[in-house]
Amino acid sequence: MSWIDVFSQSFEQMIGPSAVFYCLAAIGLNVHFGYTGLLNFGQSAFMMVAAYALGSMVATWDLSFWIGILVGFGGVAVLALILGLPTLRLRADYLAIVTIAAAEAIRQILGSVSLVEYFNGQDGLFGFQQTFIDLNPFGDSVGFTLGGLTINWSAYDFFVMVVGWTLIAISCLIVFLLMRSPWGRVVKGVREDEEAVRSLGKNVYALKMQSLTIGGMFGGLAGFMTALAHNPAPSDFATDTTFFAWTILLLGGAARVFGPVAGAIIFWFFISWLDLFFDKATAENLIPDAIMDANQASLMRLIVLGLVLMLLMIFRPQGIFGDRKELAIDAR
Amino acid sequence: MPADNPAPAGSEPTALDSAATDQGSAKSEPILTADGVKRTFGGLVAVDVDHVEIQRSIITALIGPNGAGKTTFFNLLTGFDKPDQGTWSFNGTDITGRPAYRVARSGMVRTFQLTKALSRLTVLENMRLGAKEQRGERLWTAMLRFLWRGQEAAITEQAQGLLKRFRLHDMQGDFAGSLSGGQRKLLEMARALMAEPELIMLDEPMAGVNPALKQSLLGHVKSLRDDGMTVFFVEHDMDMVRDISDRVIVMAQGRIIAEGPPDVVMSDQRVIDAYLGAHHDATLTVEEEEEILARAHDELTSDQDPKDTP
Repeated sequence: MSWIDVFSQSFEQMIGPSAVFYCLAAIGLNVHFGYTGLLNFGQSAFMMVAAYALGSMVATWDLSFWIGILVGFGGVAVLALILGLPTLRLRADYLAIVTIAAAEAIRQILGSVSLVEYFNGQDGLFGFQQTFIDLNPFGDSVGFTLGGLTINWSAYDFFVMVVGWTLIAISCLIVFLLMRSPWGRVVKGVREDEEAVRSLGKNVYALKMQSLTIGGMFGGLAGFMTALAHNPAPSDFATDTTFFAWTILLLGGAARVFGPVAGAIIFWFFISWLDLFFDKATAENLIPDAIMDANQASLMRLIVLGLVLMLLMIFRPQGIFGDRKELAIDAR
Repeated sequence: MPADNPAPAGSEPTALDSAATDQGSAKSEPILTADGVKRTFGGLVAVDVDHVEIQRSIITALIGPNGAGKTTFFNLLTGFDKPDQGTWSFNGTDITGRPAYRVARSGMVRTFQLTKALSRLTVLENMRLGAKEQRGERLWTAMLRFLWRGQEAAITEQAQGLLKRFRLHDMQGDFAGSLSGGQRKLLEMARALMAEPELIMLDEPMAGVNPALKQSLLGHVKSLRDDGMTVFFVEHDMDMVRDISDRVIVMAQGRIIAEGPPDVVMSDQRVIDAYLGAHHDATLTVEEEEEILARAHDELTSDQDPKDTP
C-alpha cells in the first residue's frame, strides 16, 4: 500500500457502503433529536431489528426477500411503540436510558445461544441477499482515476451505494417535506417546549410517537443496507454504532436536512484516512515502535476523533451546516 | 399568615353581587365552574377550593400571597396537573381530568408564569403554531403541501393581524428567543389568541414586564374582553388588578377566602390579613384579640406583651 492509497481508499470509503448506512441512521436521529428533541441512544436497535427481520425471514424461515423488508418495517414500528409508550410521557432523559438499554438487550438476545437456530448466534445471518444480488446490473467493478488517485469499488459495493444513496436522497426529501409542513413546525415546537405546545391544543404524546417511529424507519433502512452490504452479526450493532451515527449528526449539524449527509461523508473520509495513515506510518516506521506499534495505531483514529469532536463542540457547536444564530439562543 | 378560615357562608346566589363573599358565588352565566377541587403535595394542601364560578365575558382576577396555590389551581383546571379530588366543567361540559391538549381544544387556552416562547422558532412560526385544526399537522397530509397551503395562508394572515395589534409585526422573522422578556409575554398572549379561545387564562401576564409595556398589555387584556372573550388571570400587580378586573377572587393557603368586585375585595379585612399577615396595622376583632392574648398568656414569653397588640 502506497501513500497514494491512503488517500484513494479514504475517498472510496467517503461515499462507500458504510457511509451509506451511517448516513441513513443519522437521518433518523436527526428527526428524533434535531427536530423533535428526543434523545434516542438506541438507533442501533432499529437497525438491528430491520436487518435481522430481513435476514431471518429469508435465511431461517425461507420466506421471500420482500416479506422480509415488510416484516422489518413492521418490527421497527413495534419497537418504536414499545420504547415510546412508557417513556414519551416522561422527561426526555428516560427515553435515552430505555433506548440504550433496549439496544443492548436486543443485541444480546439476537446473539444468544438459545436462539442460535433462528439467528445463528454471534456469527450472524448470511446467504439471504440473493434476491438483491440478482438485481445488480453492474457486471464489473466501477472506478475512475482522478489526478493520480485511482478510485475503485467492487460491482456489488457500487450497487449497494447506488441503492443506498438513492434511499438517502428519498429520505432527505421526506425529511424536507415533513419539516417545512405545519407538522414539522409542531414537532420543532415540542423540541423547544412541549408544555407550551400542549397548552395550544396539540397532542404532544402522539407527535413524539410519530417522530420516534419515522426516525426509527430511517434507522430501519440503515439496517437493511447493513444487512445487504455484509452479513449482519450482533457485533455490527453495538453501542458504538449508535454513537458514530450521533457523531455524524453533530458533525454535519442537527436540524438541517443535509446535515447527516455532509456529516457522513466527512466522517467516513476522516476516520478512514486516520486509520490508514497511522497504519501506514507505523508500518513504515515513520512513527517508531517505541512510541506506537501497529496494534496501538488502530486505536488512534478513535482518539483523534474524540479530540476533533471536542474541538467541534467548543468552536462550532452547531456543526458544519448548522445555524450559529439558531444555536446561540439558549432554549432553556 | 391568615388569621382564620372563614366559615363557608351560604351566600345569596345573585348574578354579580357587589359585596365580597367568602366563597365563589353563583353566576348568571358561568363559563367555568369548579367544585371541591383538592390537590395535596405530601402533607401540604396546595389547593382546596370548595366552589368557584367564573362569569362569562368579563375579566376575573385571581390574587393571593405567594404559595396560595393560584398557579396550581390553574394547572389543575387546564389539565396540566391532576387533583386528588374534585370536578370542574367548562361551558357546561364536565372536563374533569381531561388532558391539557383537549382542554385547550375545547376553547380554554392558558399562558404560563414563566414565558414559554419557542425560542428557536421565528415569531411568525410561533404564531402559526397556535392555530387550531390545521390539516398540515396531520402526518399523512403534512407532506402534500397543496392540501394545507390555503389554510396556511389564512393562518398567516390571522397571525400577522395579531402581530400588528401586539406591535410585534416588525419582528416576525426573528427567532422568538431573541425577544425581550416583555415581548415574549406579548407573543405568548398573541399565540394563545391564535387558538381563538373562549376563555383565556393568563398566569401572571405582568411579571417581568417594564412599566411602559405594562400599559399596552393592560390595553390588550381589556380589548380581549371587548372582543367578547372571557379572561381569567393570576396576578400580583395590585394596580393592574384594580385597573382592569371586573371581579376578584382571593386565594390564601389553597382556599378561596374572598370574592367580589375589586374595590370591595381589596378593602376586605381577610384579604389584607392574607396579604400582609394578620394583625399588622389592623384593628383586631374582639375574638382575635382574645385569642392573641390567650396565646401570649399560654406561652408566657419573657416579660413583654405580644408585639402586635394594637
